[in-house]
Amino acid sequence: MRTDAPRRDPRRTAIGAALGLLAVLAVAGATAAGDRDRMAPPPNAAWKTECGACHLPYPPRLLPARSWRAIMSELDRHFGTDASLDPAQAAEIASFLERHAGRERGGAAPLRITETPWFRREHREVPVAVWARPSVGSPANCAACHRTAEQGDYDDDTVTIPR
Amino acid sequence: MRSALTVLVAGWCILTTGGDASAASPLEIQRALEADARQAAPGFAGFSAQRGQQFFNARHGGDWSCATCHTSDPRQPGTHATTGKAIAPLAPAGNPDRFTSPARVEKWFRRNCNDVLRRACTPLEKGDVLAWLMSLGR
Repeated sequence: MRTDAPRRDPRRTAIGAALGLLAVLAVAGATAAGDRDRMAPPPNAAWKTECGACHLPYPPRLLPARSWRAIMSELDRHFGTDASLDPAQAAEIASFLERHAGRERGGAAPLRITETPWFRREHREVPVAVWARPSVGSPANCAACHRTAEQGDYDDDTVTIPR
Repeated sequence: MRSALTVLVAGWCILTTGGDASAASPLEIQRALEADARQAAPGFAGFSAQRGQQFFNARHGGDWSCATCHTSDPRQPGTHATTGKAIAPLAPAGNPDRFTSPARVEKWFRRNCNDVLRRACTPLEKGDVLAWLMSLGR
């Protein structure tokens, strides 16, 4: 790429620069939107389709990179089911998850989001009986209460606990 | 040994690079399974929808059957046994998108057979199930 730069058509260079600027603006826009609800990563189609096939595609920042690495290395034994993918797709999703992973705290790399100190703290006011309601099923079912979780929005204002 | 379904997967991947226009049909997938079944057992005498239905509803010594998540009427939506997520109908009559991608068919048979039977399904078992699913009308 760099070696043929001097020979480039100047018009193409201008178009390239304009496209580059647009890309930067798009990324900046996505980041700003992500900061608002703090969960939405830039979209990754494979992550959304493959993880979202069986459960809500959990936001990468909810676990540290080491946790995602462990999860993605044993997809054929994924919390009691075989969730294996072809190696290329698994690698793409693993790299996406690790790139947008949360910070590691206290050297722990839990495999379940619900076991992180952050999750427990955020949900400390939810009575145990609520998790057991058929309408909720389990703490893994984010969307039962976080009605906009599918869009990456976990804001308290959008929470409605079902009966 | 390279199975006909694998060849169909490979061919489909090449054909659909950059688009989804040339998806397979349930019948094409059934034909690939038929070639695999014939290769696996020279005495192969065709798929049976009735055997497929029995297989689909059987627990095979474990906790789950196919019907646990897909229901015993797979023209209806199902529910994932552990996560509770809705599963779109499996039978083509209830969901024309089903059995149109050889790669997806291979992926889900691999995963779900492992979950239900703790082994891979044989081409005969897959073909029987598909024969039953295809036999279900609206």
